Amino acid sequence: MDNGQECTSGLSSTACDVGAVPAEEIAAICQTFGNDKHRMLDILRAVQDRYHCISPSTMDSVAAETGLTRIQVEGVASFYSFLSLTPKGRVTIRLCDDIVDRYAGLAEVVAVFEEVLGIRMGETSADRAFSLEYTPCIGMCDQAPAAMINDVVLTRLTVDTARAAAEALKAGRTPDHLISERYAELTPHERATRMVDNNIRHAGEVLLGPVPEDAGLDKAAAMMPSLIIAAIEESGLRGCGGAGFTTGHKWRFAAAERAEKRFILCNADEGEPGTFKDRVLLTERPHLLIEGMTIAARAVGANEGILYLRGEYVYLRELLEQVLEDRRRRGLLGKGIHGIRNFDFDVRLQLGAGAYICGEEGALISSCEGLPGEPKTRPPFPVNRGYLGHPTVVNNVETFCHAARILDRGATWFHAMGTEGSHGTKLFSICGDCLNPGIYELPYGHTVREILEMAGGQDAAAVQVGGPSGTMIARDSFHRKLTFDDLATGGAIIVFNGERNILEIVEYYMSFFVHESCGYCTPCRVGNVFLQKAIGKFRKGLANPEDIDYLKELSGTIIETSRCGLGMTSPNPILSTLQNFPLVYSAVTKPNKDRIRDTFDIQSAIDGARKIAKRRSYIFDRDFTQ
Amino acid sequence: MSDLPKARIATASLAGCFGCHMAILDIDERLIDLMQLVDVDRSPLTDKKRFTTRCDIGIIEGGCCNEENVHVLHDFRRNCDVLIALGQCAIMGGLPAMRNAIMHSDAPLRECLEEAYITGKYIRNTTHNVPNDPALPLLLDEVYPCSEVVEIDYQIPGCAPGGDIIFDTLSKLLTGKFRGFEREMIKFD
Repeated sequence: MDNGQECTSGLSSTACDVGAVPAEEIAAICQTFGNDKHRMLDILRAVQDRYHCISPSTMDSVAAETGLTRIQVEGVASFYSFLSLTPKGRVTIRLCDDIVDRYAGLAEVVAVFEEVLGIRMGETSADRAFSLEYTPCIGMCDQAPAAMINDVVLTRLTVDTARAAAEALKAGRTPDHLISERYAELTPHERATRMVDNNIRHAGEVLLGPVPEDAGLDKAAAMMPSLIIAAIEESGLRGCGGAGFTTGHKWRFAAAERAEKRFILCNADEGEPGTFKDRVLLTERPHLLIEGMTIAARAVGANEGILYLRGEYVYLRELLEQVLEDRRRRGLLGKGIHGIRNFDFDVRLQLGAGAYICGEEGALISSCEGLPGEPKTRPPFPVNRGYLGHPTVVNNVETFCHAARILDRGATWFHAMGTEGSHGTKLFSICGDCLNPGIYELPYGHTVREILEMAGGQDAAAVQVGGPSGTMIARDSFHRKLTFDDLATGGAIIVFNGERNILEIVEYYMSFFVHESCGYCTPCRVGNVFLQKAIGKFRKGLANPEDIDYLKELSGTIIETSRCGLGMTSPNPILSTLQNFPLVYSAVTKPNKDRIRDTFDIQSAIDGARKIAKRRSYIFDRDFTQ
Repeated sequence: MSDLPKARIATASLAGCFGCHMAILDIDERLIDLMQLVDVDRSPLTDKKRFTTRCDIGIIEGGCCNEENVHVLHDFRRNCDVLIALGQCAIMGGLPAMRNAIMHSDAPLRECLEEAYITGKYIRNTTHNVPNDPALPLLLDEVYPCSEVVEIDYQIPGCAPGGDIIFDTLSKLLTGKFRGFEREMIKFD
């Protein structure tokens, strides 16, 4: 690694120079996390926050303190995009590079930041004051374009607001001050809602309507654990993260496993572009979430829980810590909850560091264990052997919230809503080309057309249901229903009008998967790059009809041979558009002339050799000397 | 069969080791049967440097590592009805494509040439120059498999393919009976 050399290249900042971070300071940070190797992500996040870099000597110190090898530490440090092996600025500005943000005017905002700060995207200023970066979807698609300034989120950026923010930062204001002059006096909830609008457009009966506090937990406390599981099973609740596994079964499996310890993990790593429902629940219903986790703990017999919050939602950390502290004080977390002997449960907040793959439950568990966020081989499933080898229930934020409400109002009440096989309500996060982007809590079974009417997206030409790993549908499919059996979604509904270029969207989504593949298995790491290149050919008009077969064949291979859900769904943007927008593809394909491929460009292929030989090509260049 | 007009075959060796052409000779005495069915036009085997007429089948050994390879391949594609990639270099780039692995360099081609002619440990090159005769074709930035430069109709795998598979495939193609390879012929283990 050459990071060490880079650090000593004459810049005066001390943050990252080799040896400049005294080992004692690193040791102190490790000490706050008990020198526990399973808290590696927390340790490295703390180092990154403080020194804006994880230098080679730092990694040595961390390895020494936690009893790991340097390469193990580096494996974690280099995996997460919010951790950096090279020095970053004291203020890191991350602009959300989602397709929705691009269509909302990201390019102009980028230009303003570059101009005012005097650096280009991807660069750090010479005085180490600022770094400017792109980051994939940060869950603010309903208020794009958005940016993270360290831990602060700015939304609905325009040329003017971006200029004001950049100039204020340049003048030495802290990121907090961009939100309010009196930031210090605001409560965590006020801070979160000042930064980010909830945009609740339709509150349903279960989650976003009036919710009595801890009513579900009160009832669960009086029930036998097995009856809690039975109630969840009867309700027909299915996981709300996207896969839709029956929640009751998951809990039953975890409870049935013989084990000394069990864990409840909440997946708040809402990374699917276009999804932002958990953000709203975490802001408005944090107590309901912890209540749901506590009920799950009671049901399966777990004493410890982890709330895995994606790094992009770090602005909610204070709020959630406050909620946890509040519940501990009121005896709703900790030892002997509700005065019941042996009902001990507490929750730890684990922050991610910018990795989409950590939304996959195996990768999420790896990340909680302080490892790089790589999926685990299944089986064993997490309910059998999950976090640190103990039976573990991993559920989505919304699923836990539903569970708490089901315990309060009863399984029958929940079961009666929605359709057969898809019971209850679902939060839909709608964004893109519509008048009212935001959160809609609706029972399962609405058609896409009905939802578009609600959101003011009547001129939609294409709708991406379930984010990039879901399905893109055209107008002729707007009668389809949002249920697990028809169009399944983790919540994302992205609307595109007729002016959007479908292939541009597909190419963006493929670049997203290329960026987010963890790299563990070859079909996903390499295959997605090939798919992205192939789509590039279509975009340039160089594709021929047989390339369509190539796309299908390669997609099939990736889906069949990938190790986890990322690779199994990453070809979906291509496959679903090939199916639903075939004309888009056929319009840009043409047969090769003379069966010679246009994609091979002889001029660019010989350019390097031409420069080395310092002469023209006697075959392919014309002779102008005659 | 003898009343059918003879098929015309052309062959070329691009960025390969000529091993695939030697393998064609491994057809041995069956060559005599084969010659009942075909005339060989442009080919190193006949030493004809140009197409005398349009051919039915073109057989390509080796991938494309320089501009001349591309030129020849284009010529074959324009003058042959069916184009066959023979052997691993033609299909995937093969051994010459190892230079594609010099990736994390600003000037991979320069690095490759310098390693080969100047800085390499066991090089004895008293001129200390990279050869640059006008007769030498310019190298491509990478070694390309034939299918990236032109459309290829059939691929005969192997390094080099055995005489049997070449004879078998050609005779089936000539009699219109080729239906692809048995799995045993193309599996990797």
